Amino acid sequence: MTSAGAPERSGTTRGGGTLYRGDLGMWSWVAHRITGVLTFFFLFTHVLDTALVRVSPNAYDAVIETYKNPVVNLFEVGLVGAVLYHALNGIRVMLVDFWEKGAKYQRVMLWTVLAVWVVVMIPGFYFMMERTISELVGGH
Amino acid sequence: MSLALDKPRQPRRPAARRSNGELYSWLFMRLSGLLLVVLVLGHLFIMNILDGGIHKINFGFVAGRWASPFWQFWDLAMLWLAQIHGGNGVRTIINDYARKDTTRFWLKMLLYVSMVLIVSLGTFVIFTFDPNISN
Repeated sequence: MTSAGAPERSGTTRGGGTLYRGDLGMWSWVAHRITGVLTFFFLFTHVLDTALVRVSPNAYDAVIETYKNPVVNLFEVGLVGAVLYHALNGIRVMLVDFWEKGAKYQRVMLWTVLAVWVVVMIPGFYFMMERTISELVGGH
Repeated sequence: MSLALDKPRQPRRPAARRSNGELYSWLFMRLSGLLLVVLVLGHLFIMNILDGGIHKINFGFVAGRWASPFWQFWDLAMLWLAQIHGGNGVRTIINDYARKDTTRFWLKMLLYVSMVLIVSLGTFVIFTFDPNISN
């Protein structure tokens, strides 16, 4: 079980408190929370903008235009990256919970999550930004 | 003479009855998470990557998709699961970080109201979508 356990570290005494500075596993948990909350807030906005199809095609098309703006387009890459991390790490969490060897291999699985994330995000970035970049560089 | 002694560590009375709510919440996160991996990653792939990505999306594109009961059901399932999964996650975070009971209570009320609003609005839109609505 030594491979699963985080090395012991004493808390910092700065500010008189003790700050838990866990291992890589803690950061995967922090990232899981942050990506989850960001996605949830986006979902709120996204249902509201999609609801405009019930108002009029023009209203919907107008708000969807903002999603095609280069800066917003970049945020969409961020959103996909956040959701992808949350999905992959969620699978890792389920394996830790339900697979008998999950805890033993949690660290290997985290590196696998990050590797898969990079491998998917490189072509993902390309296909999501292709038109935006070619329009910015080539002026259409 | 008989000595009636409690066995060591024997509880005096049955443990207070607790609900299994947090267990079901924990289980729901995993089951819905598994479904959402397929539903959400599929949605993102179709909408943001395939066939020109975001640039292809307009009213006509939505109308074409929602003409099919398959995509209507896909979006409905995704809406409900994502909203409850995400809402339950935020509920956990509020429980972790809110320091005062009143803060915790009102943050959760705000969360629950927003969840009901979004699920209701989204469900209404999927079921009442009209492709021939006027501009």
